[in-house]
Amino acid sequence: MNSTVFAPWDDPQAKPLIQFKNVTKRFGGFTAIDNLSLDIFEREFFALLGPSGCGKTTMMRMLAGFEKPTEGHILLSGQDIDPVPPNKRAVNMMFQSYALFPHLNVWDNIAFGLRRDNMPKHDLEDRVEEMLRLTRLEKFARRKPHQISGGQRQRVALARSLAKAPKLLLLDEPLGALDKKLRQDTQFELMDIQEKTGTTFVIVTHDQEEAMTVASRVAVMDQGKLMQVATPDRIYENPNSVYVADFIGDVNIIQGRATSTGADTYRIDWAEGQPPLTATSASRFADGQTCHLAIRPEKVTISAERPADAVNAVQGKVHDIAYLGNLSTYYVELSNGIIIKAQTANTRRISRRSFTWEDPVWLSWTATAAVLLAD
Amino acid sequence: MNRLSWFNTVSLTLGFAFLYIPMVILIIFSFNESKLVTVWAGFSTKWYGELMQNQAFLDAAWVTLRVAVFSSTLATILGTMAAYVMVRGGRFFGRTLFSGMIYAPLVMPEVITGLSLLLLFIGIGLDRGILTIVLAHTTFSMCYVSVVVSSRLVTFDRSLEEAALDLGCSPAQAFRLVTLPIIAPAVISGWLLAFTLSLDDLVIASFTSGPSATTLPIKIFSAVRLGVSPEINALSTIMIAVVTVGVISASLVSKRAMVRQRQEEQAAARTE
Repeated sequence: MNSTVFAPWDDPQAKPLIQFKNVTKRFGGFTAIDNLSLDIFEREFFALLGPSGCGKTTMMRMLAGFEKPTEGHILLSGQDIDPVPPNKRAVNMMFQSYALFPHLNVWDNIAFGLRRDNMPKHDLEDRVEEMLRLTRLEKFARRKPHQISGGQRQRVALARSLAKAPKLLLLDEPLGALDKKLRQDTQFELMDIQEKTGTTFVIVTHDQEEAMTVASRVAVMDQGKLMQVATPDRIYENPNSVYVADFIGDVNIIQGRATSTGADTYRIDWAEGQPPLTATSASRFADGQTCHLAIRPEKVTISAERPADAVNAVQGKVHDIAYLGNLSTYYVELSNGIIIKAQTANTRRISRRSFTWEDPVWLSWTATAAVLLAD
Repeated sequence: MNRLSWFNTVSLTLGFAFLYIPMVILIIFSFNESKLVTVWAGFSTKWYGELMQNQAFLDAAWVTLRVAVFSSTLATILGTMAAYVMVRGGRFFGRTLFSGMIYAPLVMPEVITGLSLLLLFIGIGLDRGILTIVLAHTTFSMCYVSVVVSSRLVTFDRSLEEAALDLGCSPAQAFRLVTLPIIAPAVISGWLLAFTLSLDDLVIASFTSGPSATTLPIKIFSAVRLGVSPEINALSTIMIAVVTVGVISASLVSKRAMVRQRQEEQAAARTE
């Protein structure tokens, strides 16, 4: 089975479709992209994730050709595309606002790009019909954009940008305008279409759940730099920095000092009067080095008694409970004022809840549950 | 229907009387039998008949129409181009100065505009006639077109143009196939504005017209100086009628388009 796993980024022989080579983009005095290098492979569903202003949209606009790198080069299939204008690139973009042409109906919107290539009439009709089928829009072909719903407009925008069979499709916050329920359905639809067409997708989003769901790899960006590029599970389970750990999902960060106690095992002294914690880490820490322990709330167990075999256990009392329906997050205040979050699945009805406000509780986790980070 | 209070009734009556009594008098007296403008002598349409025989007036009307069509078309092309550069050109050197200078002629006294154009035409040795009036009218009405079109362009979603480029359009194609059809209503209303400005301009036309070409406003003005004839009333009534029909039909068309669009949007919302 292992051979069928799609992971060209681990294969040193694989040729990337897109290469950013030391790309820097400055707008006046502001550096939007800072000496960034990145490879994206064919058939990937690549997500650029970051807070607004981190440079992810600039990356996309450089790929589309609307912006040129100040320094460095962008290669598409090994060819430098910096001098190629947007209308000559085998790259299409789906805009955040969809940018559907209001004076054209759905059919003509999809056909717009094909007409620019002077495609023969018969082929053009076939291609448009194919796109309409792919996005389930056959019934709406003659409607104008203002006569269809938001979800349908999103699909028209997708069909229009896929019609020319681009080597690379750019999606700028493609689901941002949809409500949550529709967004989830559409995420799977997007993945399905990506798989069917075999097109390389690069998606820009600030929604980490969306990035984790759709993408084969996620790049977390901050202030024009790549913080981490990895598969969604690695980003979540093995963040390489406090920034990434904090940006993706919910996390407890405990600052302390590491002392080696064996191969890959460290003792962390973190607060007066609290027992030291134990964690394993593949990366090396010097004795006495400042470190941050990142623990996901769902990996923290909450119990009334101290579990006998617990490697790490701290005592506190329930400060607050966030009830989310399927999950509950307990905010437990330790004796030194630090609050640690523990999350449990609500497998029993709420009236049977074991803990309530001000209850004394124990929090415990294993040595491998947490990630030890230098900074 | 609400009944208006006495105060509102008075305001309404006063306001509209102020606006329309002069025109109503003009229209009534255009159907006057008598040659004397201020004495009513019975209903007649004979002045309309006489007007149709008056070659000088017909010639002037024909000149006015041609001048209005040519100058408003020229002004629309130039004004749209200017608006496009001002809104889309980015922050090029001298942009603020240029955009200020586009609007300046709007507040420039017409006498000065007319005089400077006259000096220019004399300077370059251009004989005054239809051509000079067209050029003059283009000069001052393109500012109005540019104001109307640029206010539309400011709210125009730029990603539409980028989408067109992305799908393979050259910048010129993107303008022709996407931008222009979408801003067309603003361009058309700019054209209509330029057309009416040209139609009723007296001051600039009188500076720049020559003996070979006289526009209707000049003709009316000079005729009135020799005494108001019922023919002029008839001519003015026709002009009022043309303008009224134009304005009402334009507003009906745009209102119907709006109602249809709203119905279609509601229909779309139901099918979701």
